[in-house]
Amino acid sequence: MISFERVTKRYPDGTVAVSELSLVAPDGAITVLVGPSGCGKTTSLRMVNRLIEPTEGRIAIDGVDVRARPAAELRRSIGYVIQHAGLFPHRTVVDNIATVPRLLGRDKRSARARAHELMALVGLDPALAKRYPYQLSGGQQQRVGVARALAADPPVLLMDEPFSAVDPIVRKGLQEEFLRIQSEIAKTILFVTHDIDEAVKLGDRIAVLRAGGVLAQFDPPDRLLAEPADAFVEQFLGVDRGIRRLTFYPSDGLSLTEAPVVAADTPALSARDAALAAGTPWLLVVDAGRRPLGWADPAALPGEGPIGRARLTGFGHAFAAGTDSLRAALDAAVLSPTGWAVGTDADGRVLGVISQEAIAAAIRAAHAHESKSAEQQREEAQPQDTAAAPMEQAR
Amino acid sequence: MNLVNDIRAFFGDPKFHSGYDSIWQRLAEHCWYSLIMIACAAAIALPLAFLTGHTGRGDGPISALAAVGRAMPSLGLIVLLAVKIGVFSFYAALIPLVALAVPPILLTTHEGLRAVDRSVVDAARGMGMRPMQILLRVEVPSALPLILSGLRTAAVQVVATTTIAAVISFGGLGRYVVDGLFEYDYNQVVGGAFLVTMLSLATLALFALLSRLLVSPGLRRRD
Amino acid sequence: MSIFDLPSYIQHSYLGLLGEQLKVSFGATGAGLLISLPIGQASARWRFVYPPVLSLVTIAYSIPSLALFVFLVDYFGLTDTTIFIPLTVYSLAVLVPGVVDGIRAVPPEVRIAADAMGFGPARRYFQVELPIAAPNIMAAVRVAAVSSISLMSVGAVLGNLGGFGELFITGLRFFDQRLVWLGLFTLFALGLLTDVALRGVQRLLTPWADRRGARA
Repeated sequence: MISFERVTKRYPDGTVAVSELSLVAPDGAITVLVGPSGCGKTTSLRMVNRLIEPTEGRIAIDGVDVRARPAAELRRSIGYVIQHAGLFPHRTVVDNIATVPRLLGRDKRSARARAHELMALVGLDPALAKRYPYQLSGGQQQRVGVARALAADPPVLLMDEPFSAVDPIVRKGLQEEFLRIQSEIAKTILFVTHDIDEAVKLGDRIAVLRAGGVLAQFDPPDRLLAEPADAFVEQFLGVDRGIRRLTFYPSDGLSLTEAPVVAADTPALSARDAALAAGTPWLLVVDAGRRPLGWADPAALPGEGPIGRARLTGFGHAFAAGTDSLRAALDAAVLSPTGWAVGTDADGRVLGVISQEAIAAAIRAAHAHESKSAEQQREEAQPQDTAAAPMEQAR
Repeated sequence: MNLVNDIRAFFGDPKFHSGYDSIWQRLAEHCWYSLIMIACAAAIALPLAFLTGHTGRGDGPISALAAVGRAMPSLGLIVLLAVKIGVFSFYAALIPLVALAVPPILLTTHEGLRAVDRSVVDAARGMGMRPMQILLRVEVPSALPLILSGLRTAAVQVVATTTIAAVISFGGLGRYVVDGLFEYDYNQVVGGAFLVTMLSLATLALFALLSRLLVSPGLRRRD
Repeated sequence: MSIFDLPSYIQHSYLGLLGEQLKVSFGATGAGLLISLPIGQASARWRFVYPPVLSLVTIAYSIPSLALFVFLVDYFGLTDTTIFIPLTVYSLAVLVPGVVDGIRAVPPEVRIAADAMGFGPARRYFQVELPIAAPNIMAAVRVAAVSSISLMSVGAVLGNLGGFGELFITGLRFFDQRLVWLGLFTLFALGLLTDVALRGVQRLLTPWADRRGARA
């Protein structure tokens, strides 16, 4: 747990980088500091490992003031990842990763063995161990940077825009990989980014800072998207926050209908008659493995042959019911030329289809349910907060 | 072909085969003096440049010093010291040569340290390296190619200028050039010039070898 | 007698030495620049050219000046050419890397934009690449010119070839401190003035350069 208690950083020329910042980054979670440039997010991060000393206030890790130990010793117990990785150009990948264990006095052999474990953890090919940084791609360098920060198994990790310098596709891969690693290691992570999408994707809790290092809002991502504290946060979140928030709603509550799904070897004629009788406007044709092939218009079906031979309209993309979010389901429906989204199981087999209207109804229901439970939570949380305050002072 | 004949005649001359004026004697003298001077210059310049480069202070004074060093004629300084404190004095040659070898080492080492990627130094600090560890384990190894090139420039310059110091009766291979001119013995002049050229090229080769041995392959990029 | 009056055993007057000094050292720097421009251009364009070129100029630079003067006396006698050639060769060790760095400093998108606007190769070189490379090149020219001035004095060891270096050798022979000081002062002042003047030229050539935070 990293706690900021009324932390202020003022420079000799009078500029205030961070102003009375108070927040708690909980154990085992990713806490993201996000905001426009000049909002003091990097300064706040660097005060944790004392690369910058605060002017006022106190920063503590698990209740112990960071100033209780010599700076170098403190830093060895905190992982640190930066934008351009900052790999040592004269050391091989494995020796870069082994840096902190070596600083802590571990012998070369065991430090290197540890480095190899970490390479596996962050998904680096063992063949890269003897390479030098300039021989790696940007994404690989960043993985080495993460491995190096984890080498001494620090409980706390500070990450300063670690994925900002790589191209969007590599960044997406790194972010997913990072979430996978975090699910294994469960470190207490403080993560700085200027990218709100990255913050929403990675953060368990998000602190939005505004210019001058003032905390604008500190909430979990879905709450942030649902209830921006003020106009600044709302503008910073962007216009489609409503859609983005759907990422946090599961799609498992959607009721898919199987009626329009037909196998490719069904005779076209009987499929048409059945559809017209039932009033089904579109038919989803699937192959023998129940993978979607495309939509067929019953009125335009040929009089003979299997339906798989007919001219089919593309279905855009399918969503995995239960694992994907409501956002993915809605997106699938919006992209589908028929207005119906195709839902599949985790292996891509069609479970059924659902219309835009049905998804919209599900969204409204989810919102209604949420605002009710949020109110309850707030009522329950109130007395707890006041009870915690005296304890804080006592410590 | 004249030069080849001159050099051959010089090496064949029994006068230079033994005694205080023998080729080996002069060569050893030249190497020894050069070594002392480079060691002195490095002992002054390297710690200073480590300090300025690490702290990032002194850009202005150091480049000014380098400019002054370039503008200073070495022959003039040597002669000045000789008329001030006397010929035959070791210091009359030592002081100006060391003084002129300091700026190139200082400048390239300083710039080498300054050129180390800031994010690399930041990472080193963030991982808990102490200032001395950052300097010796990160900054100096990263700047080593430039540091060695500064030392090489200084060494080559010292080898060349030690030759010139022969005009104030300093030993070394320059003796052949200066004595030969005085004695109108052109073979000796050319022979001395040839030897000092070879020594200079050997210095260059030595530094190429040193950089092979000392510089991390991670820094040896294309071009 | 003014301090600039030279004793009769020096064949030149002060102004005569000055003319000699400037002619040879500036001439050599100018010649070095003319040679290094095409070499640098080729080295910047074809990657494989640069390493051997760089090794070659570094090796040439490492030949002691006195030795190189001695070798050339055999071919050109005690003439200006004997000094001029080594000074030109030495200047290449500074100028070639300067030109290469300068041309490499031209952003590729600027080159592409110039092509897109229809610049021919020659026009692109003179109107786009050379001006953008100018700050780097001029920095190298300053170093080369100042070094040439002080290096030339070594020629005096061989005879009447060293410009103001003559004052050092004569000063040593007659133990005349005044001459040595005069030589030192003059050469140092010349170096300094040259540096300042070339900075001025650079300012005139590149009025667009952003000098905020520029290092000396």
